Amino acid sequence: MDTVGLLRDLSQASGVSGYEDEVQAIVRQALEPHADTLRIDALGNLIALKRGKQADGAPTRAVMLAAHADEIGLMVKELEEGFIRFTRVGGVDVRILLGQEVVVHGERPLPGIVGSRPPHITPPEEREKIVGLDELFIDVGIPEERLSKLVHVGDIVTMRRDFLELASGCVCGKAFDDRAGVVAVVECMETLSTMDHLWDVYAVATSQEEVGLRGAMVSAYGIVPDVAIAVDVGFGAQPGVDEAESVKMDAGPAIARGPSIHPLMYEKLVATAKEHEVPHQTEIIAGRSGTDAWAIQVTREGIPCGLLSIPLRYMHTSVETVCIKDINRTARLMALFIAGLDEHFAEAMGLD
Amino acid sequence: MLLRELSEARGVSGNEGPVRDIILEAVGDLVDEHRVDAMGNLICLKKGRRQSSEQAWPRKVMIAAHLDEVGLIVTGINGDGTLRFDKVGGIDDRILLSKQVLVGQEALPGVIGYRPIHLIPRKERERVADPKKLAIDIGAADKSDAEKLVQPGNYVSFRTAFQVLDEEGLRTVKGKAFDDRVGCAMLVELLKEDYAFDLYAAFTAQEELGLRGARVAAYAINPDVAFVHEGTVCDDLPKKKDLSPVTELGKGPAITFMDRSVITDRRLVKLLVTTAEKLGIPYQFKRVVSGGTDAGAIHLTREGVPSVVVSVPSRYIHAPVSLLSLSDFDYTVKLMRAALHTLEGGLES
Repeated sequence: MDTVGLLRDLSQASGVSGYEDEVQAIVRQALEPHADTLRIDALGNLIALKRGKQADGAPTRAVMLAAHADEIGLMVKELEEGFIRFTRVGGVDVRILLGQEVVVHGERPLPGIVGSRPPHITPPEEREKIVGLDELFIDVGIPEERLSKLVHVGDIVTMRRDFLELASGCVCGKAFDDRAGVVAVVECMETLSTMDHLWDVYAVATSQEEVGLRGAMVSAYGIVPDVAIAVDVGFGAQPGVDEAESVKMDAGPAIARGPSIHPLMYEKLVATAKEHEVPHQTEIIAGRSGTDAWAIQVTREGIPCGLLSIPLRYMHTSVETVCIKDINRTARLMALFIAGLDEHFAEAMGLD
Repeated sequence: MLLRELSEARGVSGNEGPVRDIILEAVGDLVDEHRVDAMGNLICLKKGRRQSSEQAWPRKVMIAAHLDEVGLIVTGINGDGTLRFDKVGGIDDRILLSKQVLVGQEALPGVIGYRPIHLIPRKERERVADPKKLAIDIGAADKSDAEKLVQPGNYVSFRTAFQVLDEEGLRTVKGKAFDDRVGCAMLVELLKEDYAFDLYAAFTAQEELGLRGARVAAYAINPDVAFVHEGTVCDDLPKKKDLSPVTELGKGPAITFMDRSVITDRRLVKLLVTTAEKLGIPYQFKRVVSGGTDAGAIHLTREGVPSVVVSVPSRYIHAPVSLLSLSDFDYTVKLMRAALHTLEGGLES
């Protein structure tokens, strides 16, 4: 599979939480060849089902894979003297916004700039303060009269960032959180097309994760899987971040362990990785994981979850960076895990 | 469009070569002589039509714009393969976060990232990020990997594409380094006409480090009069305090009567104002005494040179992406062409 190409397309697409359509159209196209059914639910989750070959008489079992399609972004709040005031959708650090290029999704996509005042006229004391949301604005270079016809309050705004290939197989762009995870899920489904698996597989590109795991909540309810794996990004080791807080880049997916992860899911993921020599690492998450796994775990009567994190640097900036190999490894690990799901495992898990 | 090419070219102070090459190509047949001096200034001469026996003043007119842009320079390589850097020229640290850059002659792509918001305590998010903790990431696995690709001393520029934002009205465009590639583009336009006097177009180096190229270029040219062309501060933005916009987009060329580095020659200011009014060209004054320009060095050259600055208002200069109006650009060229022709008959006091 063209991992880089799909990640590029997904990264360039616009999909702020609640507005994932453009992303889902690309995911649909990528999943179609590997899915028996495909649907979009009421909250905008894209759900693809690939049936397993469960033996006659055995109960139908299903595993859900979840990676979120949405990205953080901005929203138009007000027009002022030909400039655009905005608010945030999801966890955006306002400090990264100065001098950032964006796209305002008005009547047509309008390229814009989050303006910054030049140092020539900025007093030194001002440079020691952050520029708050109330002072930031977007400039699309269009005068007031026409701007008011093109842009409306509530229009969404995405970061604008070219996808770049860096050294050592790393790439950089926006919204790799969690388009990298979506690519891993697609790649896993493709790999499964060449493998035998007994369990049904639901691949879900979830919506609205960044505003509170909302898509995962309802899609898990609808699917009723026996077990689930969420695929998200993890804090890759980077300048300014403690080793203790991060996972290694280019060292494979981080398999999470902690209260929101079912111990046997963790063990089977690790055993699978070891058996097939898939590079991997362990990440301990003491509480909230902030991922879809957190919501899926408490859906209906409870769903055992695993969590894989693709190491990623500079999370929630517009220059997120991942190693392509880590995406490949994550996809391969999930496919091998799924191929290994059987009634012995179901029994060990205590599934009905 | 020449401005597009100039804007996307990389020429951080001290490394202006790529910008100079584009200009050399563009001025090819327009000039009689050209040379690159020890500082990296490109000095072009377009000879006047006047006979050398004629007693007229001025004989030598200098027009200047600077080649260089603000940027970064690699100062070292960290153990994890990321690059330490320093700023070249006046950059507000706050604009460095979450940007793409190009490193070295090979234009190796890199990023300046920042810590994930999830790991930053709320209190700290209200403070300016410490620039010493920022690094450029080129994707290198470790130090030895990075050392194969980058050396300390490599120049780093922002990675920004030129684009037309609005085809109507003010015809706005966005791009990198309009300070002062717009001035360079102006000089090329001005070289397309013939004048009675010798016209020296100086594309200067290292303006952003303290007007360093202009000083030696003006010494060598020894002009009678000088015009400096800039992409200048345009702060016509919504703000809480009642501060001057300095210049306004779409209001035409900005004439400087004084900045931090020069009190411009009042006869030249008058020449520009009367020319603009005669031709009905919109113009404005630069209303805040801030920033220095090459005129600061030029007017103090040798025994002194009457100098003035005429600029194209540019929003967000010294940041990765700036914005200007092509109609302001056209008006500035039009005003300068007319003013230079008027100057052929001398200067009223």
